[in-house]
Amino acid sequence: MTGWVAVLAAAGVCLALKVAGYLVPGRLVEGERARRIAGLVTVALLAALVAVQTLGAGQRLAVDARVVALGAAAVALALRAPFIVVVVLAAAVAAGLRALGW
Amino acid sequence: MSRAEVDGRAYEEVAADKAGPGPGPAQHPAGPTIRQALSVGVATGAYGISFGALSVTAGLDLLQTMALSLLMFTGGSQFAFIGVIGAGGSGAAATATAGLLGVRNALYGLQMSRIVGVRGIRRLAAAWLTIDESTAVGSLQPTPGLRRLGFWLTGLSVFVLWNLATAGGAVVGDLLGDPKQWGLDAAAAAAFLALLWPRLRDGQARAVAAAAVVVATALTPIAPAGVPVLAAAAAAVVIGWRRAR
Repeated sequence: MTGWVAVLAAAGVCLALKVAGYLVPGRLVEGERARRIAGLVTVALLAALVAVQTLGAGQRLAVDARVVALGAAAVALALRAPFIVVVVLAAAVAAGLRALGW
Repeated sequence: MSRAEVDGRAYEEVAADKAGPGPGPAQHPAGPTIRQALSVGVATGAYGISFGALSVTAGLDLLQTMALSLLMFTGGSQFAFIGVIGAGGSGAAATATAGLLGVRNALYGLQMSRIVGVRGIRRLAAAWLTIDESTAVGSLQPTPGLRRLGFWLTGLSVFVLWNLATAGGAVVGDLLGDPKQWGLDAAAAAAFLALLWPRLRDGQARAVAAAAVVVATALTPIAPAGVPVLAAAAAAVVIGWRRAR
């Protein structure tokens, strides 16, 4: 499954999930546990994506400029910087460190 | 697009304390709702530039990138999809990751279907526009009319600007060459962190996030690309299930 097939399949799945929310009777999925698990799955996915995107290098792990850039992003988030500032700052830190040969 | 935060507060938190019918429309002009919807639209839409640029550097072409923003239209899933593809993962793993991240939109839909209250083709349109931002702004408003206005205006403004920005970013991304030189790989990591940040207020969420980092990092050298992220999600289901009440 590559290219267009994956793009359309993934888009179809995500759109179907949105539509399902409007069609499914609420009582079927509104349990406290279902709600909490859905929230925790989102947290886990995002945290795992942060880790893989920061440390993964294909199938290896690597500590490089990305780690410093992520630290800068965390500081910016703690200071309540807007989303776009956080992302641009991380890119600038990583690009700067690499330009310096790190 | 997917930052579940408005005015610095997590969406769930805001939704919890807006409960109550509130006074009539006379005390609630539409101005603040319109300003809030448009400002969220502009801020979120602008961020589509980075999605477009990262998508083409992950190996998708311009049309595929646009198809994701037009059809999938949910930022977290879109970034996850190109993240898995860019790391060499299979289309199936990318689809599964994007789908799992999109599950929360179904929960938003359950909530918004009562607020929006439309049928037929307009219900499909409402579902299409159901994302973190439109749900958050919509459910925050004081009256039913303003909730509908906030939902539609936020959803439509994010949709238009997100797609325009995606196209611009994809064109720029094509001209950039090596994405690492510009730090775009670090930008993707920072984007995920920014999406995660407002969700880390409660202790259980922080514990799950820490476990997910450990699981994903430990599995990266030994499992096929895409699997470490899905395994981390499975760990969250186990933790969430066992901590019932």
